[in-house]
Amino acid sequence: MSLSRFIQRALSEWMRGKGPQSEIVISSRVRIARNLAGMPFPMLATSSQSADVVRRVEEVLRQGDVHPALKGAEMIRMDDLSELEKRVLVEKHLISPQLAEESRYGAVVLSENEAVSIMINEEDHLRIQCLFPGFQPQEAWKLADELDDWFENRLSYAFNEKKGYLTSCPTNVGTGIRASVMVHLPALAMIQQLNRLFPAITQVGLAVRGIYGEGSEALGNLYQVSNQVTLGQREEEIIDKLQGVVRQMIQHEQNARTRLKETSLTQLEDRVHRSFGILSTARVISSKEAMERLSDLRLGIDMGLLTGISANVMNELMVMTQPGFLQQYAHMRLDADERDIRRAVLIRERLSAEEG
Amino acid sequence: MQCQECGKRPATLHYTKIINGEKTQFHLCEVCAQEKGEQIPGLETGFSIHHLLSGLLNLDSQAPDDQPPEMAARQKGLRCPTCGLTYNQFSKIGRFGCSDCYRAFGDRLDPLFRRVHGNTAHRGKVPQRTGGQLKIRREVERLQSELSRRIQNEEFEEAARLRDRIRALQEKLEG
Repeated sequence: MSLSRFIQRALSEWMRGKGPQSEIVISSRVRIARNLAGMPFPMLATSSQSADVVRRVEEVLRQGDVHPALKGAEMIRMDDLSELEKRVLVEKHLISPQLAEESRYGAVVLSENEAVSIMINEEDHLRIQCLFPGFQPQEAWKLADELDDWFENRLSYAFNEKKGYLTSCPTNVGTGIRASVMVHLPALAMIQQLNRLFPAITQVGLAVRGIYGEGSEALGNLYQVSNQVTLGQREEEIIDKLQGVVRQMIQHEQNARTRLKETSLTQLEDRVHRSFGILSTARVISSKEAMERLSDLRLGIDMGLLTGISANVMNELMVMTQPGFLQQYAHMRLDADERDIRRAVLIRERLSAEEG
Repeated sequence: MQCQECGKRPATLHYTKIINGEKTQFHLCEVCAQEKGEQIPGLETGFSIHHLLSGLLNLDSQAPDDQPPEMAARQKGLRCPTCGLTYNQFSKIGRFGCSDCYRAFGDRLDPLFRRVHGNTAHRGKVPQRTGGQLKIRREVERLQSELSRRIQNEEFEEAARLRDRIRALQEKLEG
């Protein structure tokens, strides 16, 4: 398969990189946790009960009046996928590692453009997830809310007046909502302001974590901001708060970019073009270096320092240079050294496709 | 296959232990496996939210002035009648077994909710189809706060209209 065909089939809507404020916000996601009434949660469900959950969801989807966002949606059972295929879905942020590795009778319903993914038998019976490109938490919530209503009209949920929607983990009870926004903050990282920004965010009940990389290290300057509280606040309040805080982060990042441009334009250009040079010529590249260089490249494109390359190159490549994707593209198992070589090839091909 | 330890829940963890050349097979459910201190692949990797939660719960039960010890002991023996999960097991795993656990463990859970969420009561969305009564009560609450705002602003015509709507909804609740 040619690279362009592979990319066409590999891309989810959120990776295409369009959307409001996409120069800083990569994607917005809302996930709601729901359980069916009268059925133990997946952790304690018997095999036949877990199979029944899948069957019931499949049944309502097969009825004629499916929600427009689920037209053409497909149900995929984890047992029918290879390890590699599951890994690719995790790398595309469509399923969780837990669903891929630990679930029994786990399945996912994927909409055609992959903006909707509904995990079945993860920690809860249903995890309805809407993933939008750019800064659109309200839109993602609106769709998740509609889909939730659609399912609730056909399946009975575990709900209790005092505690709301009942979930397996006490951290999700109430609204069951987890809203998150993925942001690219290279300028704030360069001027070392992130360690001043993040404590303020956690103080208002939101969490920040790096998307890639272990522990405190955040590869590619990509961070995810999400709500922690699910009980005692209305969904709209939760989304509004997240949106307000992220709007401020966007403002801070924009200010930092302007300041960098005013004070150290040449150094910035040098950094961007060096990274471009390495990405378009390297023969071996680790995932760590690739993420860092791609972040520079993306910053250069967003600030107009580098032209002729589309901004979605970073969204695409940061997913497609992950281990699962590389192996899928190569149609074989690859060890870490082989992946570093394949990664360099894929990036070079992708960048030269841009120029051509 | 049922769990060989509790005989109630399905066994999801199957393994063989070899000690001094002697093989023993185990078939356990997740709950009993955790109680026996067996490592469940995946669950033990890294820093789990559930461990953090069980930390919060245990912190609660260790507080000496919290409540008389005999009461704490009784609560430790609490068991969900539907899925069989005990409060003690819940405080180790940090996850509920079924929706009835919430009722079975009752107010005992509120300190945990307060620590995690700062709240103990749901204020969000209500199921459209099955949430009927509660949905109306929420609407009445919303209209009542709107009503007092209108009265403060001396918008009496609008206030009268709201009052009528509230009355109609309240009749629906009683009827």
